[in-house]
Amino acid sequence: MRELRGHGVVGGRARGHALVCTAPISGWGGIDPRTGTIVESRHPQRGESFAGRVLVLPGAKGSSGWSGQFHLAKLQGTAPVAVVFTRMNSKLALGLVVLDVPAVTNLDHDPFDSIRTGDVLDVDGTAGTVRVHRES
Amino acid sequence: MRLSPADERMLSGEDGLAVQAAIELLVRYGDLMGADRLIDTDNVCGANIFGPRHANVLGTTDPAALFSRFSLDLDGPVDVPPFRAHSCQVIGPRDREQWDVQGLAPSDVDAMNDSERYLAEKGVDLLSTCTPYQVGNVPRFGEHCAWMESSAVVYINAVLGARTNTEGRESSAASMLTGRTPYCGYHLDEHRLATHLVDVTHPVTTIEDWNLLGYWVGEQVHDAVPVLTGTGLAPDPVRLKQFGAAAASSGDVEMYHLPGVTPEARTLEQALGGRSPKATSVYDAGARAATVASLCRTAVDRDVDFVMIGCPHASLPQVREVARLLDGRRIADSTTLWVFTPAALRTVAERSGYVATIERAGGRVLADTCPAIGQFLPPRTRVFATDSAKQAHYLPAIAGVQGWFGSVDACVTASITGRWPDA
Repeated sequence: MRELRGHGVVGGRARGHALVCTAPISGWGGIDPRTGTIVESRHPQRGESFAGRVLVLPGAKGSSGWSGQFHLAKLQGTAPVAVVFTRMNSKLALGLVVLDVPAVTNLDHDPFDSIRTGDVLDVDGTAGTVRVHRES
Repeated sequence: MRLSPADERMLSGEDGLAVQAAIELLVRYGDLMGADRLIDTDNVCGANIFGPRHANVLGTTDPAALFSRFSLDLDGPVDVPPFRAHSCQVIGPRDREQWDVQGLAPSDVDAMNDSERYLAEKGVDLLSTCTPYQVGNVPRFGEHCAWMESSAVVYINAVLGARTNTEGRESSAASMLTGRTPYCGYHLDEHRLATHLVDVTHPVTTIEDWNLLGYWVGEQVHDAVPVLTGTGLAPDPVRLKQFGAAAASSGDVEMYHLPGVTPEARTLEQALGGRSPKATSVYDAGARAATVASLCRTAVDRDVDFVMIGCPHASLPQVREVARLLDGRRIADSTTLWVFTPAALRTVAERSGYVATIERAGGRVLADTCPAIGQFLPPRTRVFATDSAKQAHYLPAIAGVQGWFGSVDACVTASITGRWPDA
């Protein structure tokens, strides 16, 4: 187990498997909220699902429909259980307000080096920590 | 965050539950954005017409319930007072008159009409376009706005010198109710300066060229503010509309400078605020060719089922050009051509004879929506062609179709022959 320390932006605690996205996500035209799947044709993690997982991503991009799409995901039970990210913008900020799941940023280690898809993460948005459990 | 007495009153619930929820949302959102206060806004654009995508999830078509859930992020319906800020509806889910081509059930259309009526009762201007700036909502230089729609955001920031962040449905609805928006991001001078230099060394003149340049710039600078240099860069409003929409699709561009054209910087030095650029990118023939390939990455088959013109919504010169290209011609039986424009401009296009010419050729001029937002296509569409980098970016992901990108001439020709030309 390894603990990463950063800045919690939405409080609360959640545990889940990581989905590490190596590129920012579009909401509108980038995800399918019915399945919680990334659909943007050029996205490196196209076809992967974030439903019930911890979404690790550089940030949000694209259409202003970002929060609206994740809002639909939340109501359909396909939202991520926590978010770990590196870059804030208005789309992500509003998306986090609407998702209302624990969120952490500004980690002391690069999350894209430290976290792999499939790792189990304990995200504490109040303390601003992410614990990484990896099956070796 | 420092709150004004009016903010405190709204937070206390004195102005009702809807206003209280709205100001709470703005405070939480502003905190995440690092805003130290809220400021007044009297120009808000949002998307609050609900169709089956939302009604089916909530299990009701009641517009008040849908607005409370999806616009205010509340679990139950609340009474909503008339909106405090001047508000307008951006692009919506259906053409108000010609919804039959979308394959919608009349009951779904009734629900959308109810949703629209609900907004009108709250004082929303039903412009129903992704380009409110084309049809009467033209913010003044420096005006603080709260707009949705990434292509409109970059247009009013860069081309008009108004100030808005890219808002979402919930934050723009909250601004409609309160007349407030967080003071952060592109409302502040410091975030509007360019940090990236784009040196355009390949000629960029046609509308197609400006789409391609925009798409490439978005890929290069992501969410940074670019400043463009190069000779012969003289875009008209149509080209600026296409450029910004493309840059906001491939990247996250919400502001840019083109000295001599955009109003906030007359020189490169002004655009950069006297600093050196953090990065410089060069747009050349190779970059253009790579962008064409990137935009056509989903396309394999050359039989074109559908031609889509007007993303962002076409201006009158664009509708006129389609009419000119189709005058006396006939669209292939196997192909559908739709042009999308704001309803107000469709009225003028009709008066000018453009609509009749396009319809004589077998095409349609639609308003208020688009295939990506309304999620509809002509039946059995597998392959489409468009003159918009933005639509070529989004529609394949949303609808699972192949997409070709090219000039309006190439697109209209493809509608007549039914084929995308061989390379």
